[in-house]
Amino acid sequence: MAQEQAIDALGQFKLTTGLGGLGRVSEFTNSNEMMLLAAVIVVALFVVALRRRALVPGRLQGLAELTYEFVHQMVLDTIGPEGVRFFPFVFTLFAFILLGNVLGLFPYFFAFTSHIAITGALAVFVFLLSTAVGFWYHGIGFLKFFSPPGVPVWLLPLLIPIEVVSYASRPISLSVRLFANMTAGHVMWEVFAGFMLLLVASMGAVGAVASIIPLGLNVALAALEFLVAVLQAYVFAVLTCLYLHDAIHMH
Amino acid sequence: MHGDRGSFDQRLKAARRDAGLDDNEAASRATGDNALSLAMQLGAEMVAAVVVAVAIGYGLDKLFHTSPWFMVGFVPIGAAAGVLNLIRATGKMKD
Repeated sequence: MAQEQAIDALGQFKLTTGLGGLGRVSEFTNSNEMMLLAAVIVVALFVVALRRRALVPGRLQGLAELTYEFVHQMVLDTIGPEGVRFFPFVFTLFAFILLGNVLGLFPYFFAFTSHIAITGALAVFVFLLSTAVGFWYHGIGFLKFFSPPGVPVWLLPLLIPIEVVSYASRPISLSVRLFANMTAGHVMWEVFAGFMLLLVASMGAVGAVASIIPLGLNVALAALEFLVAVLQAYVFAVLTCLYLHDAIHMH
Repeated sequence: MHGDRGSFDQRLKAARRDAGLDDNEAASRATGDNALSLAMQLGAEMVAAVVVAVAIGYGLDKLFHTSPWFMVGFVPIGAAAGVLNLIRATGKMKD
């Protein structure tokens, strides 16, 4: 076993079917399973936590209210008072991505945000929505967004393509950021865990003692990954707010 | 009751701003924590613009059968847009 043992760091991102036989028939993947779980947890948390609306909140209600207030404040600060109408959208996005990231950290759980197809679809949706909001608020005048103010006219043929390309690159950087962060963390975990197996396989008892080092690294990584999971969900939500702000206020 | 709380929040925020509390907090948050994710983010910003520019150039070339001229034109534009993205991203961090 020692010879053919290679570290298969990307095997963990493979799609299989979920939900047993039903999944095999309907091509319901393990990724869909985790998305469903994330959505169910979010809804269940709010249903259970807000069932008794205590004036002095308990732990669960406190958690729900804290999350709500946090996102609400973020929407107010970033978009402004008129952005509150987008609060449900931003909150859904934030909660879904946060649950996806955090659930993906648990062993045997699939991290669906580590697939570019998922983050790409979310980012494209945000992009289309913010563009549509821009045209909804400003009509055809939203196109002025692409010509920066106070620039000589003869520079515009050069600057407008640059602005358009910069604008069109938003969904790519938005999706790649989330996807790369989640994938990199999971790959590092797998690689360090693979080091432990390799050490034990090749050096026996000495290797078992030495594998404390990668184990310690993995423990430290777990803390970092938890931070990254929350931070990336926050960054995705903040950037969504920022794009909506740009669409509503044109800078 | 809600109105009271809203005005209290506003007064609290104004007081915090006057005392310079929020600025410090924001600054330390932006510079302090995660250099790796910052580097990754800025790299993605730059590459994304070039990717989009190449895609636009390739598409227009396909459309008008002018290969490779649109691509040649759009790659420098993409590079410029990447730098623009970079400046915007770092400028936002400073604020």
